[in-house]
Amino acid sequence: MSAAIQVAQGSIEIEHLHIDLGTGGKRFEALQDVSFTVAAGEFVCLLGPSGCGKSTLLGALAGHLQASRGGIRVDGRPVAGPHPERALVFQQHTLFPWQRVVDNVAFGLKMKGVPRDERRRRARELLALVGLEGFDRHYPAQLSGGMQQRVEIARVLINNPRVMLMDEPFGALDAQTRLMMQEHLLDVWSRVRTTIVFITHDIDEALFLADRILVMSPHPGRIVEEIRLDFERPRDARLVTSARFTALKRHCLDLLHPDGRHPVHRERLSPLGDVAVRGLRFAV
Amino acid sequence: MSTIRLLPGTGFVAALRTPFGFAAGGGRSGRLLLRLLSIAACAAAWQWASAKHVDLGVVTFRNVPAPSEALAALWSLLQSPKLLQHLSSSVARVFSGFVGAALVGILLGLVIGRSRWAEDILLPPLEVLRPIPAVAWIPLAILMFPSSEVSMVFITFIGALFPILLNTVHGVEGVDPRLIASARSLGSGRRAVFAEVILPGAAPSIVTGLSIGMGTSWFCLVTAEMISGQFGIGYYTWASYTIQNYDQIVVGMLFIGIFGMGSSALVRKLGNALMPWYLPQGRKS
Repeated sequence: MSAAIQVAQGSIEIEHLHIDLGTGGKRFEALQDVSFTVAAGEFVCLLGPSGCGKSTLLGALAGHLQASRGGIRVDGRPVAGPHPERALVFQQHTLFPWQRVVDNVAFGLKMKGVPRDERRRRARELLALVGLEGFDRHYPAQLSGGMQQRVEIARVLINNPRVMLMDEPFGALDAQTRLMMQEHLLDVWSRVRTTIVFITHDIDEALFLADRILVMSPHPGRIVEEIRLDFERPRDARLVTSARFTALKRHCLDLLHPDGRHPVHRERLSPLGDVAVRGLRFAV
Repeated sequence: MSTIRLLPGTGFVAALRTPFGFAAGGGRSGRLLLRLLSIAACAAAWQWASAKHVDLGVVTFRNVPAPSEALAALWSLLQSPKLLQHLSSSVARVFSGFVGAALVGILLGLVIGRSRWAEDILLPPLEVLRPIPAVAWIPLAILMFPSSEVSMVFITFIGALFPILLNTVHGVEGVDPRLIASARSLGSGRRAVFAEVILPGAAPSIVTGLSIGMGTSWFCLVTAEMISGQFGIGYYTWASYTIQNYDQIVVGMLFIGIFGMGSSALVRKLGNALMPWYLPQGRKS
């Protein structure tokens, strides 16, 4: 692998974090007293049903949402707003449709004032890392959903982020592609050892990817259990049929669906929150 | 009835009935042919109605000049040395008004679309001005601008302004907030977000506004050139009315229609050339 890709590792400390969303009578507590830490280079999955506040938590980590109480620190520094050190990957890609793939990936370097040839060269390196050599001249709309998410990952990695925040990044892909992307992400992560906070409501996905799972529960959003996973790495698809995997999956199912009932479906919250989306008009 | 004589006829009629067949099989030339046929059919219906002096009560063709008469008027205008002056004066007025409206409309639209404060301050007066038809502006235009040339440009400006303004506002407000958040997470500040996300994101809508604005600018040309002048296609049309030369009115109308359509299409073509990434969604089959 190219020596040019050296990624810093970030540790995360979250202390007594409360986040309220909405305004006036519609105001509600999206997150209640959430505390946890993530070690540098660790892969943590936040697992929970829709509406449990996991996306809200991610939005706060990215700096797009303000804490109502409590605080977040990355490598000891308080999170005060969005920063390239904390990369955010959404469920649906956010590539600019008007830029070719190579310029989308190079965007972070453009913001840093890197000259065009240099940043395109680096962008091609990262495209190679995510297995997309030769697609640099394409527009995002010409790629499949899985390829678009690979470009998205390359685009955030170019900034050498300390932390990668992923909001159900493979949730919109078909099952086959999702499995491929999970293995691919682990492969990339084995070479670019950044800290990853990954959100999902898919138990298999969380068990397959993470070093540690934080299980969340809705109304108000809070962490109800922590599960450490010591499956050997590198992991491959055979893991999901192992006895230990199945046992842990049953345990997670019990946590998410107590009494075997399905949870009430709630509207999915965005990491930008309703409040943030309106506020962006002023903030930007 | 012989089958042999019917066959080509049914084929032709079937093709006319199903433009899909043209699009799939005949391609571009097939569709172009269909469109030209449509125009020819309209002209034929018009010729028939005015030749027969069709009177339907509500609408009567008794005094409407026939296409053949209009063609004769067109022929004499084409041979007149004044035609070029008529056309160039009109094109210059529409172009000046359009460029002014594009500058003002896009600028105001960007500001209004981005800031609620600007929206509250700027949009209410503009919304009051918007429904006022161009013809109602004539007296004020004459009073406000000492030069009648500028008054006329002002009318074409008013015609183009609002479609451009509103489409720009719409385009800016329609930019996906996730793209903005993503750009900020990738290190963009206010200005970079504006230049890298808001502008290109709103561009398709702005081009639509420009294309519509170009059309409405021509739409207001007769109104504008009522103010004065000796040249201009709008003036030619209006003057023909005052001297009751109905054939020439039709010729003037056709010129405005064709130039309006052509310049609108030109704006759209230029816009699409500048946005190679923008593939019109849901192309009709």
